[in-house]
Amino acid sequence: MKGPIIEVNGLRTSFRTDDGEIPVVNSIDFHINPGEVLGIVGESGCGKSVTSLSIMGLVPSPAGKVEGEILFKGVNIANASEAKMRKIRGNEIAMIFQEPMTSLNPVFTIGEQLVETLRIHRKWNKKQARQRAVEMLKLVGLGRAEELINEYPHQLSGGMRQRVMIAMAMICEPKLLIADEPTTALDVTIQAQILELMKNLNKETDTAIMMITHDLGVVAQMCERVIVMYAGKVIEEGQVQTIFRNPKHPYTVGLLQSIPDMRLKKERLYSIPGNVPRPGTSNQGCQFAPRCSHALEKCLSETPSLLEFDNGQQVRCWMYEDGKGAALHDSTIS
Amino acid sequence: MFSYTVRRLGSLIPVLLGMAFIVFMMIRAIPGNPAQVILGQQATKEAVAAMTKELGLDKPWFIQFWDYLLGLLTGDLGVSLKTKSPVSEEIVPYLMATIELALIAMLIAVVIGVNAGIISAWFQNSWFDYAAMVIALIGLSMPIFWLGLMEQYIISIQWDLLPTTGRDNIRDPVEAITGLYLLDTLISGRVDQFSEVVKHLILPGLALATIPMAIIARMTRSSMLEVMRSDFIRTARAKGMRMFWVVYKHSLKNALIPVVTVIGLQTGLLLGGAILTENIFGWPGIGTYIYDAILSRDYPVIQSGILIIAFLFVMINLVVDLLYAAIDPRIKYK
Repeated sequence: MKGPIIEVNGLRTSFRTDDGEIPVVNSIDFHINPGEVLGIVGESGCGKSVTSLSIMGLVPSPAGKVEGEILFKGVNIANASEAKMRKIRGNEIAMIFQEPMTSLNPVFTIGEQLVETLRIHRKWNKKQARQRAVEMLKLVGLGRAEELINEYPHQLSGGMRQRVMIAMAMICEPKLLIADEPTTALDVTIQAQILELMKNLNKETDTAIMMITHDLGVVAQMCERVIVMYAGKVIEEGQVQTIFRNPKHPYTVGLLQSIPDMRLKKERLYSIPGNVPRPGTSNQGCQFAPRCSHALEKCLSETPSLLEFDNGQQVRCWMYEDGKGAALHDSTIS
Repeated sequence: MFSYTVRRLGSLIPVLLGMAFIVFMMIRAIPGNPAQVILGQQATKEAVAAMTKELGLDKPWFIQFWDYLLGLLTGDLGVSLKTKSPVSEEIVPYLMATIELALIAMLIAVVIGVNAGIISAWFQNSWFDYAAMVIALIGLSMPIFWLGLMEQYIISIQWDLLPTTGRDNIRDPVEAITGLYLLDTLISGRVDQFSEVVKHLILPGLALATIPMAIIARMTRSSMLEVMRSDFIRTARAKGMRMFWVVYKHSLKNALIPVVTVIGLQTGLLLGGAILTENIFGWPGIGTYIYDAILSRDYPVIQSGILIIAFLFVMINLVVDLLYAAIDPRIKYK
């Protein structure tokens, strides 16, 4: 298929609160190509999950409001009707969540929950659907699938449940899989296995993956391209290798510096001072400016635009607008 | 499960024994002598003493209690002091009348209450939600005898739609087979009588259903609201499932445990505590039966009547506990 599987243009998702309408995602643009794995990185509260819920059409209404364009296979699905979205959800765009322990319904068997998705989107009979469910469980690396299908979620470990969630998401062979921090709640060895599984599924089925995470390690292992989000905005975008070698935005630099490095015997792990601003607190200037050690006067008053470099890397920072950026890079990374 | 049920049934024995003892002592603490009641105010002291001796009430209380227990073991619930006929025979039609009324009332309460609760939770803060909860509050705080009288006044007398009192048409009485008239009229193939019985059930059934309906609606709503915020509900929606099924399948089964508990408790209460309603609607139920027995100090009837209500109450609770395991696979009894 030509063209991106999904293209998001000027997406703005806001919530109505007592303090007025507060944007959580503020005019972001990105696209995902067929079969591609795109990473979306950022701290908690920067709008990653809301972006994914906007795509799924699951932003709680009427409090939430989605504006802008979400082109899925060239068709705008932002604010599409519930009936139209139902046909896409679970069928063409599937989603897995952060919490495998609570994301499966405790009172239905694994089999019932797997078959359900098929019965909604395919007109298969029970036997066919059941057989496919067993196949899927095997595909995600769960042994004794025939027995598992009659078991309940509480009989499974967290890692197994996340595998079931993946099986459930992949059962209709979606074009796009949105994974919202799929490994955050799992322990490290299981994390690696789940990532490996998702990577293999991506290669075998050509399903594009939108990988939402706050863990740059996950990005390095999984993704080709990465978007760094901060306070509801895209602040940097590029190929994973480029961004890891040559981060441009001070926030990305900070994120990379806060990864523990086993080779260095630092006493204290670096952390970016301050916190992500609460949505709606300030709309002037660069949102990161208050935490940025390189902040200029301009940064506090004017919002920088996304600047594209020759290698396709994009960054939203005033320092590159007037060509001083190189200095920052040299001084912080060496 | 089976051994659990057997053990629970075994634990019935001390409960009923304790119950029998408490009731036995309490009715003897009420001032008044059955012999005096039977003989009337003008009876001589000698006659009362002779009557007391004849009824066996001159023996020490522990001998009386022992005799009563021995009787219970052989299924003998004693003999009514007033009518001289065995309580175990006399009580059956009253008990059946109460059971029929209580079951119909609970049917009304469950069907309307559960659905009102579900829809209120589904469309939280909608006009339906507000209306349903206000009506539920009114239902909870309305005196039942007043509601019953109003029903009679408006529906039976003003509009002449339904009969005011009784279980059947006195000019064409139902021939008791099981004692449940709905069943009996069907068994004997009397459709005309069946509709007559239904007509007689509606008003007392509605009056009796009011409070349980309100409690069930409120409990269902709050339980559903809690469940509908769960992660697995988001999963179900992400599958592309219709909201109707998300609510009535995935949410309801999880929300059912507290609702079933309330239904069980309310059924138990209806079986024993419908005296007011039975009185207003001239319903020949067990409430009326025991009430009359208390007025005439008919000790055996009071004792056995209350014992049977206690037995039913405990049995309903057992059924509720078994239902828990059927609803939630995480609950297992060993």
